[in-house]
Amino acid sequence: MDEIFGIPAPLLFGQLLLGLINGAFYAMMSLGLAVIFGLLNIINFTHGAQFMMGAFAAWMLLEWLGLNYWWALVLVPIIIGFTGVVLERLMISRLYKLDHIYGLLLTFGVGLIIEGIFRNQFGSSGLPYRIPPELQGAWDLGFMYMPIYRGWVVVAALVLCLATWLLIEKTRLGAYLRAATENAPLVQAFGVNVPRMVTLTYGFGVALAAIGGVLAAPIYSVNPQMGTNLIIVVFAVVVIGGMGSIIGSIVTGFGLGIVEGLTKVFWPEASATVVFVIMAIVLVARPAGLFGRA
Amino acid sequence: MSFARRSLLSAAAASPLLLGRGARAQAATLKIGVLNDQSGVYKDISGPTSVAAVRQAIQDFGARSGLTVEVVAGDHQNKPDVGSNIARQWLDRDGVDVIVDVPNSAVALAVNGVVREKNKVFLNSGAATADLTGAQCTPNTIHWTYDTWMLAKSTGGAMVKAGGDSWFFVTADYAFGHALERDTGNFVKASGGRVLGNVRAPLGNTDFSSFLVQAQSSRAKIIGLANAGADTVNAVKQAAEFGITRRGTKIAVLLMFINDVHALGLAAAQGLVLTETFYWDLNDRTRAFTNRVKPHMAGNMPSMSHAGCYSAVLHYLKAAADMGPAAAKADGAAAVARMKAMPTDDDCFGAGSVRADGRKIHPAYLFEVKAPGESKGAWDYYKLLQTTPIDEAFRPLAEGGCPLVRS
Repeated sequence: MDEIFGIPAPLLFGQLLLGLINGAFYAMMSLGLAVIFGLLNIINFTHGAQFMMGAFAAWMLLEWLGLNYWWALVLVPIIIGFTGVVLERLMISRLYKLDHIYGLLLTFGVGLIIEGIFRNQFGSSGLPYRIPPELQGAWDLGFMYMPIYRGWVVVAALVLCLATWLLIEKTRLGAYLRAATENAPLVQAFGVNVPRMVTLTYGFGVALAAIGGVLAAPIYSVNPQMGTNLIIVVFAVVVIGGMGSIIGSIVTGFGLGIVEGLTKVFWPEASATVVFVIMAIVLVARPAGLFGRA
Repeated sequence: MSFARRSLLSAAAASPLLLGRGARAQAATLKIGVLNDQSGVYKDISGPTSVAAVRQAIQDFGARSGLTVEVVAGDHQNKPDVGSNIARQWLDRDGVDVIVDVPNSAVALAVNGVVREKNKVFLNSGAATADLTGAQCTPNTIHWTYDTWMLAKSTGGAMVKAGGDSWFFVTADYAFGHALERDTGNFVKASGGRVLGNVRAPLGNTDFSSFLVQAQSSRAKIIGLANAGADTVNAVKQAAEFGITRRGTKIAVLLMFINDVHALGLAAAQGLVLTETFYWDLNDRTRAFTNRVKPHMAGNMPSMSHAGCYSAVLHYLKAAADMGPAAAKADGAAAVARMKAMPTDDDCFGAGSVRADGRKIHPAYLFEVKAPGESKGAWDYYKLLQTTPIDEAFRPLAEGGCPLVRS
């Protein structure tokens, strides 16, 4: 069997693919954060809780209303996105004129409260959610066994990321959004309702987290702390990519997934820290991030 | 960002949850502190359900004695420093006599030292490490429910006997995981099996597919999961997804509670083999206990860990009534010595005893998780495969290296 650095080649290819799959989650999550930070200047620490709410909402739709995975994929982003809109209107909108740290503290606190409520209501062990029947099974790639569902996750994440990027960079609506970031009063003077646009942007970012939650429900344990585990890594991804950079968060998300996957082969104990080591190096060498503008 | 998180957490740590009726303890009032995870990953296997089990023990025993007993609860947040701070405060200032439960091996070892220093009583139910009755044993501690050695022998031994003679471990990278891997590895080797390799996964890692694929490429017949809680649930879920079990490789879950099985769902958990020392539907006595305590458990079901809290407190109250509450309060080691001298008997574990090294002994049960079609109702999850008798279930007294045994 061929070996690369003492690791059998099939195992290495397998890990590259797995890294790409995890990277898809990182990309989708950090994309939502980047959109929110880019346009609202809010570091949304509630993102992990919103991801978790997405997974729980999928479970509730199935258990309480009998609506399957595909319905969840459509309805959950709308429902959770709406909770985001309410949160933005009631609380976050009051903080735009203040320093970043206030937004961070508020969203962090709200995240803790949401997590606590879910833990109180549903316990800490988690709830079962099955892979939809249409996506069960796996392809045998020779070097590894590839579950169909994971393939679906990568495709869905890529489509979402690409669509978001196109929306913001290539459409008129995206142009308004970007302009409002640069100079809100001027855009408002042209007759654009900037506060409403900002509110909907926050809702959109939250909806992205919720879709991530629905996609994650069948493969991870659906439990109240599922977001906390992911969100710290995702923040590192955003910092490495450059705060607010859409393309940066997508590329960095996939890239770090692969780096983490390879670390799991060569030095498994370090796989939880490698992302933060990279973050430290990037912050020293390029404080604005790989794709950020200083 | 991280500084904000840390200072918030430590602020929360400074206010342990008090469930008692105030600190106005009379001289002969026994005070029991339930110290466990009230808000994190181990909440369902310890948490408020353990407090309910302790209250049940007091209620079941109370009628027969003149003892007044008070219960307080604290949240150690799975941090050894938080746990030992609460323990110190309870023992020094609040007049707590007994600390019960304490899941998480790292926290349990820290509290173990504090309780010995203050000469109080430590009845551990939730932690796994066999070191509590080995090198770290003390005259103040009883390890009640299960330990890594017992799990390794029951689950590990049975799987080797069934033909699973080559193993690869996926291990949680901290004290508990290492101990479980070590003890299981020893059983595998002693039974003529081989350990082909291991991978140490960071605690709280969510994606196990990389580790599982590595384990599979070792061509081991058994993949041993030396982890707990959400880690185990994620690993089992993903092993099914990646077709690990469909290719003939078996998964050995070395520590799993009924609450974890509930989280996985029978569809994903069916066929898993695991060990507990208590199951609610085991016999008439366990069913009777469950019927009494269930209304106070907020939808949760008692696992062996909760049953251990009940059983340990019940036995402590018997000993305290026997020697007088004032004497039990004054000298923790003497109370533990009295508990060791008396045989145990309760609805959860039946007849048993406490050994010189502080090990409570009772039978261990190997269960197989039922398929969805076999389950007749809510929480009907286990089929009994085999019972390890009381005198074989735990590590022999002489092998643990406990200083109390040598002297």
